[in-house]
Amino acid sequence: MEKLVSYKEMAPGGIVVNPGNSLEYKTGDWKVLIPVINQETCTRCRICWYVCPDNAIVELDKEYTTKKNRKYKVSYDVNADFCKGCGMCAQECPVKAIEMVPVEVA
Amino acid sequence: MLEEAKRAIPLSTNHAIAYAVKDLDVDVISAYPITPQTTVVEKISEFIAKGELDAEYIHVESEHSALSAAISASLTGARAFTATASQGFALMHEMLHIASGLRAPLVMSVAMRSLSAPISIWNDQSDLFNARDAGWIIIFAHTAQEAYDTIIQSYKIAEDHNVLLPVMVGYDGYVMSHTIEPVIIEDKEKVMKFAPKVQYPFKLDPDKPVSIGSITPPEYYYEFKYQQVQAINGSLPTIEKVDEDFGKTFGRNYGLMECYMCEDADSLIMANASYASTLKAFLPEIRKQGLNVGLLRLRVYRPFPLQKFVEYTSDKKNLLVIDRAISYGAPYQGPLANEISGAMVKEGLKLNLISVVAGIGQRTVEFEDFLALARLAHEGRRHEETIFYGVRE
Ligand code: SF4
Ligand code: SF4
Repeated sequence: MEKLVSYKEMAPGGIVVNPGNSLEYKTGDWKVLIPVINQETCTRCRICWYVCPDNAIVELDKEYTTKKNRKYKVSYDVNADFCKGCGMCAQECPVKAIEMVPVEVA
Repeated sequence: MLEEAKRAIPLSTNHAIAYAVKDLDVDVISAYPITPQTTVVEKISEFIAKGELDAEYIHVESEHSALSAAISASLTGARAFTATASQGFALMHEMLHIASGLRAPLVMSVAMRSLSAPISIWNDQSDLFNARDAGWIIIFAHTAQEAYDTIIQSYKIAEDHNVLLPVMVGYDGYVMSHTIEPVIIEDKEKVMKFAPKVQYPFKLDPDKPVSIGSITPPEYYYEFKYQQVQAINGSLPTIEKVDEDFGKTFGRNYGLMECYMCEDADSLIMANASYASTLKAFLPEIRKQGLNVGLLRLRVYRPFPLQKFVEYTSDKKNLLVIDRAISYGAPYQGPLANEISGAMVKEGLKLNLISVVAGIGQRTVEFEDFLALARLAHEGRRHEETIFYGVRE
């Protein structure tokens, strides 16, 4: 574990003086279930990307062609570092393309 | 001295504080303007209406919001002020800890009053003593002049980058807040020169973004609280220095703690605010009755000036501590007496401590009563329990 700083080295009042450092704080380590997106059935509607409260659905510039030969320019994926496993994305996906699976399985 | 006295104008302590806020060019005043609010904020609103003070005056929907707004304002680098008393003060309680935790250098005046239930709108110090562990610097004023002067000193203390703590200035509700005394109001320029605005070093600023009020996990929270311990303990020399410099500039200073007619006294009565002024007036008469008693006036309460306390009490026999608040179920039921007994153990003092609760709900303590208390101190008998002076049994 990294060495934690002394009280003397901390800005007073718990004020965070280096903006954007929440990226260093991985908040997704306590989830039980994680969403798995089925790239075949996903229609790229972006609803999961909107509803995720932790911005953990990521839109990737990754092309995908389905078995029925439908081409998509983007794919959606889950950032496991920040996904807390709430399942909102799976609940809201209109085509049920997201399945919540136990972390150990995923 | 006479020239000085001629400069004085008649003011209640409330109005004296409002003048200090004006002379300090405070930027933001937030207040919930009905009872238990006092005329401090009313007078300030007059100053703003007349154009004598250029400030944002925020009418909020509760005292909780009043303090919230003042905290936020001070964290944007503004000089902020609010005032309260009694139930309003109690409603602020959550925000008291947030103000000190966020290290907001704001100043608040407290016209100390009793707390419900039953409803009492009168004076005691239950409201302030309820908040003594909220991490604020606490200073008691015993005259309207001292209140004016202490508000000026408070901003200089609070905004000092080695301190960065909120300061509350306590004075007695009604007995001081609504009575008139002569007060010297200083030249505004001179006041601003003494206490120029020193902005919060981590203020909210879009060009230099910071996050304020983030969650702090167990690995960090404790260190922030320890910073507060260090800050408040370390503020004592600053408080002392500011008071001394104030004396050099304006000719009035008060010390951390005041010992009045105490050098030749065997016994001391510890009192603050209006009881200290009353005792100052009564002590010569009390002495004439052969009671060798002096006054130990508590001025700076947090941080507690322990060394001064030891200096003033180490050669005394008896110390009678008057509390105007009740610590229900505590070893001594006077909160101050409890602390003093702790201080005595810590410093190995062998005083005979007499704990007295008096003046609850503004039960008037008159000359005969102070005389009786002085007699209690002078007799030097040991009283194991807190004396609830004047209660009908
Ligand atoms: S499970 Fe919750 S946190 Fe994780 S990606 Fe879906 S909506 Fe976001
Ligand atoms: S909500 Fe469902 S269909 Fe829409 S982008 Fe997300 S996974 Fe694909």
